[in-house]
Amino acid sequence: MMRRRTTLLASCTTLALALGATACGGGPVAAGGGGKSLSGQTITVAGVWSGSEQKNFQKVLDAFTAKTGAKTQFVSTGDNVSTVVGSKIEGGNAPDVVMVPQVGVLQQFAKEGWLKPLSKTTEQSVDTNYASVWKKYGSVGDTLYGLYFKAAHKSTVWYSPDALDQAGVKPPTTYDAMLKAGHTVSDSGLAAFSVAGQDGWTLTDWFENIYLSQAGPEKYDALAAHQLKWTDPTVVEALTTLGKLFKDKQLMAGGQKGALNTDFPGSVEKVFGPKPEAGMVYEGDFVAGVAKDQFGKKIGQDANFFPFPAVDGGKAPVVSGGDAAVVLKDGKNQKAAMTFLEYLATPEAAAVWAGAGGFLSPNKKLDLASYSDDIARETAKSLVAAGDSVRFDMSDQAPAAFGGTKGAGEWKILQDFLRDPSNPKATAAELEKAAAKAYQG
Amino acid sequence: MTATLVKEASPPAVNMADRRRRARRRGRIIALVFVLPALLLLGALVVYPVVFSVGRSFFDASGSRFVGGDNYTEMFRDPATLKAVRNSAIWVVVAPTLLTGLGLVLAVLVEKIRWATAFKLLLFMPMAVSFLAAGIIFRLAYDEDPDKGVLNAAVVGVHDAFEGTSSYPTARARDGRGLTKGADGSYRTTASASPGHTVGLGLVGVLPKDLPKDAKPAYAAAGQQAARDELRGVVYLDFTPGGGGKEGRVDRGESGLPEVKVEAARDGKTVASTTTAADGSFHFSGLDPGSYTVRLPASNFSPPYEGVSWLGPALVTPAIIGAYLWIWTGFAMVLIGAGLAALPRDALEAARMDGANEWQIFRRITVPLLAPVLTVVFVTLVINVMKVFDLVYIIAPGPVQEDATVLATQMWLVSFGGGNNQGLGSALGVLLLLLVVPAMVFNVRRFRRSQR
Repeated sequence: MMRRRTTLLASCTTLALALGATACGGGPVAAGGGGKSLSGQTITVAGVWSGSEQKNFQKVLDAFTAKTGAKTQFVSTGDNVSTVVGSKIEGGNAPDVVMVPQVGVLQQFAKEGWLKPLSKTTEQSVDTNYASVWKKYGSVGDTLYGLYFKAAHKSTVWYSPDALDQAGVKPPTTYDAMLKAGHTVSDSGLAAFSVAGQDGWTLTDWFENIYLSQAGPEKYDALAAHQLKWTDPTVVEALTTLGKLFKDKQLMAGGQKGALNTDFPGSVEKVFGPKPEAGMVYEGDFVAGVAKDQFGKKIGQDANFFPFPAVDGGKAPVVSGGDAAVVLKDGKNQKAAMTFLEYLATPEAAAVWAGAGGFLSPNKKLDLASYSDDIARETAKSLVAAGDSVRFDMSDQAPAAFGGTKGAGEWKILQDFLRDPSNPKATAAELEKAAAKAYQG
Repeated sequence: MTATLVKEASPPAVNMADRRRRARRRGRIIALVFVLPALLLLGALVVYPVVFSVGRSFFDASGSRFVGGDNYTEMFRDPATLKAVRNSAIWVVVAPTLLTGLGLVLAVLVEKIRWATAFKLLLFMPMAVSFLAAGIIFRLAYDEDPDKGVLNAAVVGVHDAFEGTSSYPTARARDGRGLTKGADGSYRTTASASPGHTVGLGLVGVLPKDLPKDAKPAYAAAGQQAARDELRGVVYLDFTPGGGGKEGRVDRGESGLPEVKVEAARDGKTVASTTTAADGSFHFSGLDPGSYTVRLPASNFSPPYEGVSWLGPALVTPAIIGAYLWIWTGFAMVLIGAGLAALPRDALEAARMDGANEWQIFRRITVPLLAPVLTVVFVTLVINVMKVFDLVYIIAPGPVQEDATVLATQMWLVSFGGGNNQGLGSALGVLLLLLVVPAMVFNVRRFRRSQR
């Protein structure tokens, strides 16, 4: 009983906040034309979120209900969205809206003919509120199917301010400076980086940031689509650059062997845990969540970040990802679903979750003041400021056999490269071999 | 499955054979009615999937193009599959042999102790733990970090009790700052020094909190003048907390490193050795004139013993087999124990009367009499080991997944775990089936024989 009351209270507060934001912002609110126009209808939303993410998204849903009168229901799909949604469609029980976590899945849905193009209103909001790259990643061909509601920022290097102060170094702005700062940190007695080599995906993220900055966005897109071969000299160069870090025992906690035995939570622990072994750890904005929830660090004070530095005179990379909302053709309440997406495209909806924390919005109209803490504000600012140079995680765009399988493809090959970084050329050839096989299948 | 089929189908057939003709026909119909549900079930659940898999293995990933034997040739070209075949072979040979042996020894020994039931219960208990849970437990037990993995904690504990640890495992010298690293991990001065000189040996890579409590700043000691027949020096931490220090020089506030072994060597021979004081200073007195090299032996820096990398590429399969043994030993023991209980006591007693010792009884009587039971246990385990999946999938960490893979995991990975090539996966399934068939046939034959 107690619990229900608190939730009620919480949602009331958010509602008040949301309404307040609308009143103050006075932005173009297209949703539902006001009033309780959709009362009596129920829309079902499916997504991968669970736990606190689901709870916070529920606040967004509640705000929508309060605005339009439509009832909402959230279904958590677990990790494998495409399988769950596919079986629901076949079973005649399709959800109205799905939050898809990867570009590849969105394209797969569109190809299967499951998606309905988004309404004109939503498209207009996307045109005015978002950098055009987000529209591109939400479209298949020229048709807009997906609206990116929640984004991730995967170009953040997290550090312990104590460790950097102890070593007397400042957050670097170039890759070489970062390695140099790393050496100084290592001289002070801590390893510079903790690398989560046991989880292949962290290594692909390292590579993607270096490649995006060094080779530029055009090459990045070509490589992501496998129009460019992995044997390309730019890939070899990026691997060489990454190898500078991997082959240096002083820079990685535990050396190569230690890195290969560290999983992602372990790598955060090595920097922010009770017994620090390293000063910096690279991964996305979600590092903050782990540092805060598991190790009780105060974000902004005991844990801070600097943007992934520029490599060889390139622009500092911003690698991203996100959850896109799509409307299913087989859903029962498509009109309400469209209205819901129109609502999600507004800064008002984004502000609801931004205030609850653990959220980044690619919506540039969202007032940065809506974020609950400074670090989220900083990451959001960097994401929005990057505008059209934002690129999506390459391995998420690749077929799963190449970019998303434990012990195979890119994950495995980069782990081998971490074990022995002496021959980038051979590694590139391996990558090309695996990619050729996966993309053709 | 096949065994059940035989059991259900043959007794009626055998019984019907010696009935009268009229009754025989009726009997046949009744038999058919009784067998039909089983046949239908088996057909739907066993025969159809097998036939489907065989058919599917001739098609490509999408299932629409006939590729003939391509999947089979592709299968044996892929190094991962070859590794899976090799690992499966290791599993099939090692695991059942060890298990049957262990089970036999334990069963015989358990018979002779007082708390036999409690002991059996204890050993049988892991059977109640699911493979998934057991996998997670062993993944932790095998963890390389001695703070997490209990096995390495034990190994490191034992090792350190005998060997002791060095005082500065993380310390190292900067490149090109007067110290050269030897092949064994020791450091020596690049330039030679002679009595009457003072040398500064700067090291880095030690956290302030890892310094011994009594460490004092080295600045004063570095400034001391050496007597004529004396070689002085200071071993110090060449890093100013917060930055700003000058490399290769003793700055104010930089700490000395106490308890470091220092040697003076002449022409490659150690002529004197000492340890540093609290401020990092040391001196060799009474040296003959000439030039010396000052060395910091490797024992100062030997890295802490890291234990065994159980889950490294070399040991991962034996490690997983170890986990498998933990689960199945109880099973083997209980089965063999049951066989043991049914042994004719008179044979054993007669042997004892004739003066045979326990080992002879075990070798010459118990084992031969138990042979049928041992074979059943062995073959059952072979079939079981063939399909081992969960333990391998859970215990092997990502980077060594491929080194640990067996046919069943490979089949799953290829078909669903990202490869999404169910054609190739079916081909692997067919291979697995072909490998299990001999064991099946053997078991069925044995059942038949024992029924006659």
